[in-house]
Amino acid sequence: MLKITDLHARIDDTEILKGVDLEIGAGQVHAIMGPNGSGKSTLAQVIAGRERFEVTQGTVTYEGGNILELAPEERAIKGIFLGFQYPVEIPGVTNKYFLKSALNAQRTARGETELDAMEFLTLLRARAELMDMDPKFLDRSVNQGFSGGEKKKNEILQMAMLEPKLAILDETDSGLDIDALKVVAGGVNTLRSPDRAILVVTHYQRLLDYIVPDCVHVLCDGQIAKSGDKKLALELEEKGYGWIEKEMTGA
Amino acid sequence: MSEDTKSLEAIANREYAEGFVTDIEMEVVPKGLSEDVVRLISSKKNEPEWLLDWRLKAYRHWLTMEEPAWPNVQYPAIDYQDISYYAAPKSKDDAPKSLDEVDPELLATYEKLGIPLAERAALAGVAVDAVFDSVSVATTYKDKLNELGIIFCPFSEAVREHPDLVKKYVGSVVPYTDNFFATLNSAVFSDGSFVYIPKGVRCPMELSTYFRINAADTGQFERTLIVADEGSYVSYLEGCTAPKRDNNQLHAAVVELVALGDAQIKYSTVQNWYPGDAEGKGGIFNFVTKRGICRGARSKISWTQVETGSAITWKYPSCILKGDDSTGEFYSVAVASNWQQADTGTKMIHIGKNTSSTIISKGISAMQGQNTYRGLVRIAPSAKGARNYSQCDSLLMGDKCGAHTFPYIEATDTGSTVEHEATTSKISEDQLFYARQRGLSEEDAINMIVNGFCKQVFRELPMEFAVEAQKLLAVSLEGAVG
Ligand SMILES: Nc1ncnc2c1ncn2[C@@H]1O[C@H](COP(=O)(O)OP(=O)(O)OP(=O)(O)O)[C@@H](O)[C@H]1O
Ligand SMILES: [Mg+2]
Repeated sequence: MLKITDLHARIDDTEILKGVDLEIGAGQVHAIMGPNGSGKSTLAQVIAGRERFEVTQGTVTYEGGNILELAPEERAIKGIFLGFQYPVEIPGVTNKYFLKSALNAQRTARGETELDAMEFLTLLRARAELMDMDPKFLDRSVNQGFSGGEKKKNEILQMAMLEPKLAILDETDSGLDIDALKVVAGGVNTLRSPDRAILVVTHYQRLLDYIVPDCVHVLCDGQIAKSGDKKLALELEEKGYGWIEKEMTGA
Repeated sequence: MSEDTKSLEAIANREYAEGFVTDIEMEVVPKGLSEDVVRLISSKKNEPEWLLDWRLKAYRHWLTMEEPAWPNVQYPAIDYQDISYYAAPKSKDDAPKSLDEVDPELLATYEKLGIPLAERAALAGVAVDAVFDSVSVATTYKDKLNELGIIFCPFSEAVREHPDLVKKYVGSVVPYTDNFFATLNSAVFSDGSFVYIPKGVRCPMELSTYFRINAADTGQFERTLIVADEGSYVSYLEGCTAPKRDNNQLHAAVVELVALGDAQIKYSTVQNWYPGDAEGKGGIFNFVTKRGICRGARSKISWTQVETGSAITWKYPSCILKGDDSTGEFYSVAVASNWQQADTGTKMIHIGKNTSSTIISKGISAMQGQNTYRGLVRIAPSAKGARNYSQCDSLLMGDKCGAHTFPYIEATDTGSTVEHEATTSKISEDQLFYARQRGLSEEDAINMIVNGFCKQVFRELPMEFAVEAQKLLAVSLEGAVG
């Protein structure tokens, strides 16, 4: 579904991704772990099309097509969703309005009919309830004044509404309390299906107890240093990243 | 970053959709200004002696005045002798009595502007007093308003039909000596609207006027007077567009509002005059004096404006809060794109006890646009317990534009509260990426963010107007994306 080969990306003159290789098949869940500053968020944003990162080498293909030339909205319309590590505030724009515009923009672009106000609200209320979110959040400005955890839940609500084919969740678990973590994991697991793929970026193997991954990758200094199954996450929890970094420089 | 800036700038780059010229014969007085011209205007309108005298006093005073140099705007010197001070559309009878009598081409012009007069009035319950250049050509819903004793008519008609009211209130808020442009207006004003709401009457519909400048090189000098008697309420909408022209056109209007005890006046403007082209050529010079007085206790005046047009905007809708417990409000969105310059804001003059005022100003600058907020809050010693809250936010699109804020506060210590907040922001690349990642086009994302920025003002507009204002904003900022 998603195939990344030898991906290099930089910002200004600093190279951040230094040859990433990654392949995620339909129906799979992969996790990316790795030290702070190793390039996890950069990778997530490059896949989503953030223009401030310049791709200097390598390819990203999604459903068989090269997506590197596509604008962020075109990728979104193809079903790529990024849950942001730091969700952005948009003052004066209600959550509800934002989501409705986004959903209908995607539907229109795909040649589907727009949802009318009633259909949309019914769907939104149902999804918000699943997310255990107070409906009053729907009428507040996007992420404005939301607590850290509320912002993360809001990302998952957006994901649940947009029903992407490829969801990339960048530290969506950070800052969540235990109950919220379960809710978020529930939201992600609901989305799991044979024709969808999920990439979670996390620092905590705890999340992986709820969202069991097919594969765990460790990103160190802009490269995938090690890949394994769920047991790798447990090993990292125990030993940290030092040994992998050593392995990498030693190899 | 540069990519981002480029695309943000492109949004300001849209052709003026309303630029066309109606081919109607105009009756134009030769260019130039003199006592004779003032007399001619007055006689063409069959005005009474007192009004001619008033005009002449204004004219003579004007000769002693200098054009103000303090606004933060630059424009070529205006040659006041090169302007024609009166233009009226020619028609068989002096004034049409109903829509059927209105020049079809004129009606077609309104159609093109999206103002289907009859339809719109009927559908939206809006009474329209449309001003085409200097003479009012159509007035609807008059009967319904008549029943309630509401007067809504062209200013010149009010002079004939309701001389006592006009005489009592004209110049009572903006005296003919007030300022260079208001004084000029007092001497040569052509027409405008007059509104009187009797005691205790709540005007059941939004009153609306569409102004339009058409004759080349003809300055526009509207004069509007709204009087809300005790305990009455009125909401008045002013909207305008102008056809595309190469010559700068001067516009110097005066609006006076009088709210007596417990009365409320809500005055909303959407201004979309030709701003000039992408090179800064042409465009309307808009020097307007708008002021309201809350004369009686517990009265209230709200100004809401969305200013997207004009090459130069110089405009400070103000409130004199004379009555105890009276309230003044100013909500403004001002756009300066391409080479537009806006110097706008408000004055809140607190005189009565426990008076309160709110100022919400949203300035958007794009391309080479320069946007200045200039506001004065004055608390007189008599204004015990006065309160003011001011919030001035600026949004910059691109890095060649500018935002400037000049808040003046003059408060003698009377236990008053004056709060001022100001922010300057850019549409961040973070916000754009976030919205686009969810599937919105860059242009839609920008419009959404800009509308969010303006929300506190838009929600003060009557529903129908708010939708228009959003469209207008999108149009005036469109093209910067791409
Ligand atoms: N806009 C930027 N300008 C300069 N450096 C940047 C920029 N964005 C990211 N970087 C740098 O790129 C490197 C990778 O950042 P990234 O956010 O991808 O790390 P991460 O693996 O997600 O870290 P964390 O676990 O802390 O979220 C960091 O060293 C960061 O400082
Ligand atoms: Mg990160």
